[in-house]
Formats: sequence, C-alpha cells, structure tokens
Amino acid sequence: MNAPVTDRHPAVLDRTAETFVLNLGPQHPATHGVLRVKLTMDGEYIVHAEPVLGYIHRMHEKMAENRTWAQFMPNMGRLDYLAALSYNHGYAMAAERAEGIEVPERAEYIRCITVELNRIASHLLWFGAFVLDLGGFTPLLYAFDDREQILDLLESVTGARLTFCYFRFGGVYNDIDDNFITGARAFIKRLRSRMPMYHDLVTKNIILIKRLKDIGPISQEMCRRYGATGPVLRGSGVSFDVRKHEPYSVYPEFDFDIPVYHECDSMARYMVRMDEMEQSMRIIEQGLDKLPDGPVMAAKAPKILKPAKGDYYAAVEAARGSFGIRVVSDGTNTPYRLKLRSPTFSNLSLFSEACQGMILPDALALMGTLDLVIPEIDR
Amino acid sequence: MTMNIELIRLLAFLVGIIAFAALNAAYLVWVERKGAAHFQRRIGPKEVGPYGLLQPLADGVKLMTKQLLVPDGVDPLLFKVAPILLLVPAVMSFVTIPFGEHLAARNVDLGLLMIFAFASINVLGLLIGAWGSANKYAIIAAARVISQNIAYEIPMLLTAIALVMATGSMNLNEIVAQQGGGLWHWNLIRLTYAASPLTPIAFLIFFTTMLAETNRAPFDMAEAESELVAGAFTEYAGMGFGVFFMGEYANIVVGASLVTVLFLGGWQSPLPFLPGSVVWFLAKMYAIIFTVVWIRWTYPRTQFYALLNLSWKVLIPISLVNLVLTAGWLKVF
Repeated sequence: MNAPVTDRHPAVLDRTAETFVLNLGPQHPATHGVLRVKLTMDGEYIVHAEPVLGYIHRMHEKMAENRTWAQFMPNMGRLDYLAALSYNHGYAMAAERAEGIEVPERAEYIRCITVELNRIASHLLWFGAFVLDLGGFTPLLYAFDDREQILDLLESVTGARLTFCYFRFGGVYNDIDDNFITGARAFIKRLRSRMPMYHDLVTKNIILIKRLKDIGPISQEMCRRYGATGPVLRGSGVSFDVRKHEPYSVYPEFDFDIPVYHECDSMARYMVRMDEMEQSMRIIEQGLDKLPDGPVMAAKAPKILKPAKGDYYAAVEAARGSFGIRVVSDGTNTPYRLKLRSPTFSNLSLFSEACQGMILPDALALMGTLDLVIPEIDR
Repeated sequence: MTMNIELIRLLAFLVGIIAFAALNAAYLVWVERKGAAHFQRRIGPKEVGPYGLLQPLADGVKLMTKQLLVPDGVDPLLFKVAPILLLVPAVMSFVTIPFGEHLAARNVDLGLLMIFAFASINVLGLLIGAWGSANKYAIIAAARVISQNIAYEIPMLLTAIALVMATGSMNLNEIVAQQGGGLWHWNLIRLTYAASPLTPIAFLIFFTTMLAETNRAPFDMAEAESELVAGAFTEYAGMGFGVFFMGEYANIVVGASLVTVLFLGGWQSPLPFLPGSVVWFLAKMYAIIFTVVWIRWTYPRTQFYALLNLSWKVLIPISLVNLVLTAGWLKVF
C-alpha cells in the first residue's frame, strides 16, 4: 500500500513549488538529544535538509591536549554514552600501541565480553527508541527492562552504569567474578527467550513493515562517499566490520557472523541491529567459556605514559560503526594531538542527501535507523 | 404543565450528559494511563488516592489553575474558540444515544444522521485551533486530519447506510430495539434476520473508521508526537489543552457508543432470559474503549499515505460492495 519511492520525487523536482522552512529540533521528540535540522519543505515533502550541529560541543579533542593520557580516559565515556566501553577500548588500544604495552589475555577477554554486553545494551535502547519514533511506545519499556539487566551486570564490575571508565592502559581495573559470569549467562538465556517475542510483536507487525520496507534507501555508493560505517553500511550490503576485517583484541578467536542485508532500506538497517544482538550474545558465550586465568593488568604498565614521538592509530567497531582514534605524541606526558573519528558523524552526513524527496515521517524513520547519539557527533 | 416536565427532563438529561462526558473524559485518562502502564510492565499512577483514582482530579486542578496562555502571533479568537468547538459537538452527540430503554435525552428519528453531522464539526475545531495557533507543525497536522477525516467518513457512512437499509430506521432506539433477544440477534452476527452476510466485515470497517475519526492510534495523525511535536495542540497549554483532550475523549465515548448501538445490541442483554439494561450498554461501551486503548499501546503509527490508501483502496471498495450486497440481499429475501 505504500507509495513507491519513485512516485514521490516529482513533488520535489517541481522547483516552482512554494516551500517553507521547518525547524526540527534541537528540542524535538524525534531528534534524540540536541540535533537540529533545518528542513526546507514542500508541503510534507522534504526539499532540502541541513543538520545543524554543535549544541553539545565540549571540545574533547582539545581537552586531550591539556591533560595526561590517563586523565583523558573518562572523556571516552562521554562521547557515545550508550556504548561507552567501545570508546574506552579504542583509546586504550591507541595508548597501548603508542607505549608498547602487552595486555594480558584475560583482560582482553574481559574487554570483549563487556564491550559486547554494552553493544547489546545500546542496540536494545536503539530498538525501543526507534519504535518510539514510529509511534509505538510500548517496546521501549520492554527494551529498557532487558537493558537494565546489562547495566546491573556492568555496574557490578565497572562501578558505572552509563559513562564507563573501566579500561586501563594494560588491562582493566577490576576483575570479573563468578556472579558476573552466572549473571551474564542468565541474561543471555533471558534475552534469547525474549527476542522471538520482539520479532513476533514488532518486526512482523504489518504497520512497521510498511513503514520500513523500501523506505529510506541508502546506496552503497552513498555510504562510501560519506564514509558511513556500522549497521548503516551493513544494511546496504557491504560486509565491513572492524572486528572481522581489521581484527583487534581477541576477536579472531571468536566464531561469529557479520549480519549483512542487501535491501539498502530502513528495514535492512533494522534487521542488521536485531541480528547483531544475537551475534554479540554468541561472542559473550564463547568468551565466558574460554576465559583464561591470569592477571587483568599488565605487570609492567607504567603509571605515567610518555610514548615515543610518533603517530598512532587504533580503530574499533563501536555499536554505531567504526570508531577511529589517532594520537600524535611528542614524547611528553600529554598527547600532542588527538583526533576522534566518530561513526555517527559520518552516518549523519548522508542524511541530508538521503532524505531528499521523502515525506517527513519517513525521513524521521530514516534518521532513527542511523542511530544517532548527538554527544558523539558534536564531541 | 406537561411542557414544564418535558423541559425539566431535558435539562436534567443535559446536566447528566455533560457530567457523564466530563467524568468519562477525566477517568478515561486514568484508564489510558493505567492501561498503558500495565501493557508496559509498569504500575502507573498510584500516589494520588487508592490506585491513583484521584489522579484525574489532581490533573484537572493543575490544568485549571494554569494561566490561559495565548502566545504571540496567534489569532486570539480562533485560538480560544477551537477547544470549545471540539468539545461541544461531542457532548451534543450524547443527546440521542440510547443508554437504556428509556434512557435517552431525546429520541430523535434521524439520530444516526445527527451524530454524523456533529462528528463532522469537530474536525473544524481542530482546523481552527491549528490555523489560529500559527504554528507550522499544527498546520501540517490540521491538513492531515482533514484529509484523513474526509477519507474515513465515506466508508463509515457507507457501512452505516448498509445497516440502516437492513434495519429500516435511523432512530438509534429503534435500531437497538430490533436487536433484542440475545447475542445472535445483534447486528454483528445476525443469524435470524435477513441481513447482509458481510456485516461482520462491516463491523470491522466501522471500528477502523471510528479509530481514524477519533484520531486514535494507529491513526493519530493529529497528534503524532514523534513527528509533529504535539500536532494541532502544539501551542496549547493549561485548560485550552485540557478542553481539547476532554473533547477527544468525549469523541471516543461517542464512537464506542455508536459501535455498541449499531452492532452490539446497545442496552440489550446478550442472553434472552436476562433483562436489558444500561449496565449492558456501559459494559459493551467500555469493552470497546478498552480495545481502543489496547490498540494504541500496541501498534506503531501508520504512515500517512498508507492511511489514505487504506481508506480509498481498501475500505471504500469493500464498504461499497457491502452496500450493494446488502441491497441485493434485502431485495431477494
């Protein structure tokens, strides 16, 4: 019953049509956080969209230049507050490469387990918030219920529920205990029993299918042009995941798949995230099975880092895509320059082009599938 | 003297109806919140009174004590008149609804027509409110609501006409009276009477259009909070907002009553040996309202063009077929 995509373009191509500017955000229910989009509209059709950023800019990159390596670690929990551990991981890896620190194997396993738990928590919240964008309120509360279990688990080892600062240069600061392991196993069992319910009630809902299928096309070519990564790229049929294609940590030792969908529509991006939760659960299970004994901190990790002069780079697969961090060291105890490559910044950049000619609710659904976290865009 | 009794009766009914509408509006908010909470594994309102039963009162006091804010740049007259224009027709529709055998304010011969006439006015209220508030989101919402109402009034009327053809009356009392004698005499599943076999489908169409006409999810284009902030009500605060919502809920009660009267036998009891009474009517009406709440908290919102396509491409053709079939059926039998 949906009007095909091509039917909707003539309304936009008619340049003589009278347009008006609609200000969407920074306080708008669908632009989670403080994103503002200036929309030029022709009726309900979008002629031009211009995202306006910077409402929560905190100069993270500049802050890095003014504090020691270790002091910058808490900032990594405040970029993408929904999947903060991946960012911890990226920064710790960059610093370890710079200083040449060997991380004990147990610490690497703990890192992978906690990062994957965090990824599931992030995807669960996205799932709820995305259906909320489509006008379905209830799944959000169910997703929160599940996410709560993860946050309790992570709180028991990291001490934080949201803005984690758990990883250290050379390991993690706190070992996981038996309670965590049984808790994580129980959670996986629980989520496995709940996923079919989500699929039955939400994924197979005819209204949801009609709102997502063949809506919001993002081509491979567009992804490449804007540097989109993560589920957005994988929903466009490109199999790229840093965990698989530029392996780091102990990811090569896990057996997991990269969900790829070729439809390029909103539904594909939705399905990628739903499937990724299952893959993350597989990684956690294997990690818990294989978890070796040993220390969780490198014995010879220096208290104060003074990496040799040079240029270092590390990339991880965060929940929203490939997160890269480049540090330039001049041999002192503060980074000379630190550059963060955050995935949603690139993912948002394609919104302006992708939403042209779309009707407003479809464009908001498309924006929802990009899974934006504004503090991570503004930094 | 008889004149006076008639007048007093009418006044008593009017007071009763307004109280009924207002009380329903207040407590449907409570039902909505409590229902939503339980669908979402929450508790819902529980602090104010037992089970949060005094919550609507607290909300009402809060709304009434708030300043009647009229933002700059709005058309003050239209802005103020719109909520009333939404509420009054909804309350007026109650006049002809037979709650019990002798419990109707006015037994109007063209009762059904009257309700449809009043139902059309509340769209005007929304449009005026949105236009008067000079807000882009509100105007987009108003434009949606109008095309939605035009699209959905047609299948609604077509199914109603088919029903009127079968029952031979537009008098709601008369329609209910014909459905006496138990469950199987209701228009929904009429087995003993010459009625179109498509009536159950007509019921579904009528229920769907009722949802759309009252701007309820999944067709809540007027509000669409994740797209249009608060849609047509974006600029309203305090009691302006409160009256709008009373009107919305009154409309839902009217819609549910209409479904009850037309398809579910009104005040008639489901079993022939039990007497019909107002209790049956209320039970059926609240069951419908509960379903409406249930649907709202289960489904995402439909896409706007899908909504129009559903009406023009599915509901209207089916209700036309239903109309023709009913006519043929009545001719043959």
